[in-house]
Amino acid sequence: MSTVINVLLAGLGGQGVIKASAVLSEAAFRCGLEVKQSELHGMSQRGGSVRSDVRFGRKVLSPMVPPGEADFLVVLAPDQVEVNRAELRVGGVLITPECVDASQLANSKSLNMALLGALSTHLDIPAERWAEAMRSCFPAKLYASNQHAFDHGRQASLQPSPRP
Amino acid sequence: MSTTNRQLLSGNQAIALASRHAGVALGTGYPGTPSTEILEHFALVGGKAQWAPNEKVAMEVAIGAAYAGARALVTMKHVGLNVAADPFFSAAYTGVMGGLVVVSADDPGMASSQNEQDNRRYAVAAGVPMLEPADSQEAYDFTLAAIEISERWRVPVLLRVTTRICHTRALVSPRLDLPPPPAPHFVRDLRGRNLIPSNARPAHPRLRGKLAEMEAWNESCALNQVIPGDRELGIVTSGVCAMHAREAAPQARLLKLGFTHPLPMARIQEFVRSVCRCVVIEENDPYLADALRARGMVVESSPKQFRFGELNVDRVRRILARDDSPEPARAAGKPPELCEGCSHRVVFQALRDLDCIVAGDIGCYALGVLPPFSAMDCCVCMGSSIGIGLGLRHTLPEGEAKRVVSVIGDSTFVHSGMTGLAEMIYNPPSTGHVVIILDNSTTAMTGHQEHPGTGRNLMHQPTGKVVYEDLARAMGVRQVIVAPLGKDSLEFEGLVRRSLDSGELVVIVARRPCVLVAKHIRAYEKCPVGAEVTCPQ
Repeated sequence: MSTVINVLLAGLGGQGVIKASAVLSEAAFRCGLEVKQSELHGMSQRGGSVRSDVRFGRKVLSPMVPPGEADFLVVLAPDQVEVNRAELRVGGVLITPECVDASQLANSKSLNMALLGALSTHLDIPAERWAEAMRSCFPAKLYASNQHAFDHGRQASLQPSPRP
Repeated sequence: MSTTNRQLLSGNQAIALASRHAGVALGTGYPGTPSTEILEHFALVGGKAQWAPNEKVAMEVAIGAAYAGARALVTMKHVGLNVAADPFFSAAYTGVMGGLVVVSADDPGMASSQNEQDNRRYAVAAGVPMLEPADSQEAYDFTLAAIEISERWRVPVLLRVTTRICHTRALVSPRLDLPPPPAPHFVRDLRGRNLIPSNARPAHPRLRGKLAEMEAWNESCALNQVIPGDRELGIVTSGVCAMHAREAAPQARLLKLGFTHPLPMARIQEFVRSVCRCVVIEENDPYLADALRARGMVVESSPKQFRFGELNVDRVRRILARDDSPEPARAAGKPPELCEGCSHRVVFQALRDLDCIVAGDIGCYALGVLPPFSAMDCCVCMGSSIGIGLGLRHTLPEGEAKRVVSVIGDSTFVHSGMTGLAEMIYNPPSTGHVVIILDNSTTAMTGHQEHPGTGRNLMHQPTGKVVYEDLARAMGVRQVIVAPLGKDSLEFEGLVRRSLDSGELVVIVARRPCVLVAKHIRAYEKCPVGAEVTCPQ
């Protein structure tokens, strides 16, 4: 990873966008990379749009993904895809709830970790770093269900999509 | 690469950790995005942190601590410094003994604020030194530097941060070798700290003398850095803009200023002369550009449109390219709304249906201005609802005056509503007035902080409690009605209608805990005094 990886996570307040970006940042940090994660707080808990920028690599300067330069766009709410699509660079990867089978999740609140699992197949971050990151970001009793959701998302992304 | 000792911290957390490591004896402030987490984290890492009723009181408490020789931290959002400006300006004259760090968290782009005022102007106006960190590591380092500067020159130091510093998590290597802070003790200084005119007159030149010394010291201060690059393009910048600029123009020579008041003018002059073209990159006001031009330096600044909103790498590229063409509009996201089950919904439904003229205030309930309620006619600043409601009452024709209601949240009422209530008692409108205190038992908007009306301190432990109905009665309001809010707005609507019709001065305390925090409150209430560590978060 000689260059900066730009990930934009988006969704609505309460969906765990910030939590997902915390886990991603922590995992990249545990790989010894420089990480910057930037978000807008404030009104987010009241159901409004939330976005969090995560950048990592050897050296990261601006904390925000420059417009149109996201390598990965992870969107937790289907109605927030179009709002954020322009942030994705040409050839960038879009990850949406359609990438996973939400009915397989024990808890719908762990969609954020499922989509991180899907994202993980594109990143050079070892599984144990992800697990450590989740352990550090969740209370012990919530770790297992989130790891399960992550693994589900990862498997779903590795298998060919059933959808056209 | 070793990660030993390094931590991933937001700028806010970094300020808190540095304060803790420096032995700050007291952290105080009022919640306000993007500053709020500083005190919460300071408490988490073992510091003594407390919420004040408002920023002015917080500033005064911090000044008192610094007079005692203790190190003190006071935090607020940018508009909070307006409230705290009075003691802030005077503390510059009296000076301090212990280090006093005043954190102003500015919000370029107004992610959650009513304006994008540039508090760098306050450093100039008050005559205090100012530091501007560019990332979390600098937030940590500059907090330590601020304490050092404050104690060396015995002045408060303004640590000016912005939303992207506060809310960006980045790597921080803390220092482990810090000496313990000096022990607090009282030193009487009658002439220094009593700003009667005969003492204040010598205090002003004394402050200017300190500023001149600091400017000279700043000329070689390590808080300012030159990043080497081509002489074709030079950039003078500070704060997070330095990061955007380095990324947008990696080839440029860059002067990144960290100690931004008083400015090291000779050093800047030398830098400007060393490059062919010099551009100032800054958010909000042309603070640096104006100061440099006033000294006769030839520098470029941004086209007008970049004065609005925060900068990013793309916008800096445009500035450097002198591109003032319209920028692509970003798609609007989904606006926030009052939560499902929020008690404010009942109130705004009633006010809408009664066609009230609503003087509103700052808090979640400002969302009452959005559909489906559209039931707020103004929202200006903390506590303004009562004064503005009274002004409307005094001057509108009677038929309209009778429809005016002031709506203010519980935390906001403690912050700045009590003086409004005194005004109402003292100068009552002929049609009476109705003030509704929306008591949801928390400072909801900023993330559920306690306040003097909740009866719990920053750590959610029980403490003294301000009871609004008792307070209003004691101040002389005869009609004080406590209205527990149900799910149905009709009952509340009837109460407001009767209150409006009475022509009297009425305070209604509309009470129901915030839906997001009710279960936490129940848990706090179960905890015995001093057992806060076992409370669920």
